[in-house]
Amino acid sequence: MNFQNLTKGIFKENPTFVLMLGMCPTLATTTSAINGIGMGAATLAVLIMSNLAISLIAQYIPAKVRIPSYIVVIAAFVSMIDLLMQAYVPDLHATLGIFIPLIVVNCIVLGRAEAFASTNGALASALDGFSIGLGFTLSLGTIGAIRELLGSGAIFGQTLIETDGILIFVLAPGAFLVLGYLMVLFNMLKKKLA
Amino acid sequence: MLLTLLIITFVSSAVVGFVYSLTEKPIGEVKKKKIKASIEQVIPAFDTVTTFKVADDGDSLVFYSATKNGAAVGTAIETFDNNGFSGHISIMVGFLPDGTINGVAVLSQNETPGLGAKMSEKQKEGAKPAFTTQFLGKNPINFKLAVTKDGGNVDAITASTISSRAFCLAVQRAYDALKAHQAADMDYSQLVNAE
Repeated sequence: MNFQNLTKGIFKENPTFVLMLGMCPTLATTTSAINGIGMGAATLAVLIMSNLAISLIAQYIPAKVRIPSYIVVIAAFVSMIDLLMQAYVPDLHATLGIFIPLIVVNCIVLGRAEAFASTNGALASALDGFSIGLGFTLSLGTIGAIRELLGSGAIFGQTLIETDGILIFVLAPGAFLVLGYLMVLFNMLKKKLA
Repeated sequence: MLLTLLIITFVSSAVVGFVYSLTEKPIGEVKKKKIKASIEQVIPAFDTVTTFKVADDGDSLVFYSATKNGAAVGTAIETFDNNGFSGHISIMVGFLPDGTINGVAVLSQNETPGLGAKMSEKQKEGAKPAFTTQFLGKNPINFKLAVTKDGGNVDAITASTISSRAFCLAVQRAYDALKAHQAADMDYSQLVNAE
């Protein structure tokens, strides 16, 4: 229970650039900054709640059924988020579409449940979820912002440059390119700091 | 072991069920609002709408027939085509009583961003005409709903002929259904008159 738990997700254990988990939504939903952040925020909410719930019930779950139990708990929270988003932020829900229900099988969520929440206290687990989720949100937001800027000359839907943009960055290959170069930058930065 | 799993699934489904009952109403309202907004966007001002379904090609089109002070002002038709570049597209087309296209709004599509997805773009002030603008005020009687490449009157979205074709087909589908429906209506009234 310390400051380290809160910041590790942003840099040291960044889920996208260091742990390299949850690549599928990372590549698919980051066509614009707001989509990336929306996806990140949804995952963040699920992470906090599932980590909290699992840390509370972990000691009562027999080891043999822990994975199915975790999946059920995670699926329940994802369904809740899915319904709430449909009701209150329908536009964002429409753009993220299938990737909201797919948070259930996002490796980050199950990974944190198994690696952290099952052996740590409730508060530490919730913080861990928040930290990792925040790192995920920032990473997706960054990738989304770069793709949006290069692909359509806009950021957060505000047109900066009146242009057709470099189309490839909005399409799937652009996601790989941006992710790859950001990873290079991230590793260079890490080496310098180490 | 079995009991633990049973309890977890039971509690989880109870919680999801509770949230579902909470959100059921707002979700329904959001859907209704979206449909209503797109109807208002494609036909002139109205006060009452009659909704009915018309079977078409194994699927059905939804007609929103609007009247103002008892007089018909137009019909909005929720139509679709399955031959978009990424499959299904769904659009709302508004016709005036004489069959003139009054407005078009895209409800859902999965076309390529930056290419076919441009069909969803709305006309911006001072910008070059959006794809949908060219349909406004045209009557399919003398406006062939096909891209110029296929001998029609529609300028396709650059590099998105397939998406543009699907869009034209969807509008055509709505127009045909409207004509068929109007013809059926007329037959019926003639029958009544004959009696």
